[in-house]
Amino acid sequence: MFVRLSIAVAALSVLTGAALAQGAKLTDPQIAHIAYTAGVIDINAAKQAETKASNKDVKAFAKDMARDHEAVNKQALDLVKKLKVTPEDNDTSKALSKQAADKLAELGKLKGAAYDKAYIDNEVAYHKTVNTALETQLIPSASNPELKSLLQTGLKIFQGHQQHAEHVAAGMK
Amino acid sequence: MLPGRYLATLALLALGALAVPAHAATLRIVMENMAISPAEASAKVGDTIEWVNKDVLAHTATAKNGDFDVTIAPKQTIRSVLIKAGTVDYYCRYHPNMKAVLTIAP
Repeated sequence: MFVRLSIAVAALSVLTGAALAQGAKLTDPQIAHIAYTAGVIDINAAKQAETKASNKDVKAFAKDMARDHEAVNKQALDLVKKLKVTPEDNDTSKALSKQAADKLAELGKLKGAAYDKAYIDNEVAYHKTVNTALETQLIPSASNPELKSLLQTGLKIFQGHQQHAEHVAAGMK
Repeated sequence: MLPGRYLATLALLALGALAVPAHAATLRIVMENMAISPAEASAKVGDTIEWVNKDVLAHTATAKNGDFDVTIAPKQTIRSVLIKAGTVDYYCRYHPNMKAVLTIAP
């Protein structure tokens, strides 16, 4: 399970990296779509965890993730509406969604403490991957200053999530 | 009519002066970008804390010892009056890496 998890994480990094590196420069509608998709993925994972998790810290963390990512995605929707930008589906979004669906199915088969541990470890890895993508690809590529600023705010929030997840994970060992 | 209104205004002013003792201060504590600032603050019993949440997320100011637990909705400000002295470590329940200390003198 550990091996599989790290392979999945590596696959996500490679996919994200490759998709981002190949497709020339990302456009703002694509960046908006990727950021929104990344949020939806974590909300879905949180919803699953709210019903499946048994550890109370893990359950509370999942609630926090759903609340925060819904708030950030609402900001993103308000912004694209204001800017009259239509988020555009792209290879990175597709790769992220596919990988997340597989992960959700994999986690769905686990129970009890094994589920809790797998969920929180994946949250650490996932936030790390997303934060790296934000820092090195999405923020530098964004042209609209308001979009850039929202992504920067998102990065601060998700770095907080990563630390929170690491803290919960450390408490479970 | 004019003198009446004037009197009423004076009465209100007097009442306001009574309700807010001269020594009570207001202290602003800001939550922005997942951080509390200032991280260390000092106040006195009777002072008002103005909790300002500039983030798009909800935050809380939750005392570790249970003395207070304030929830601040996104982009909102909440005022609370300090009623108990002590050095209080507090944090945000939703984002436990947001931590700060409030020292409340009697």
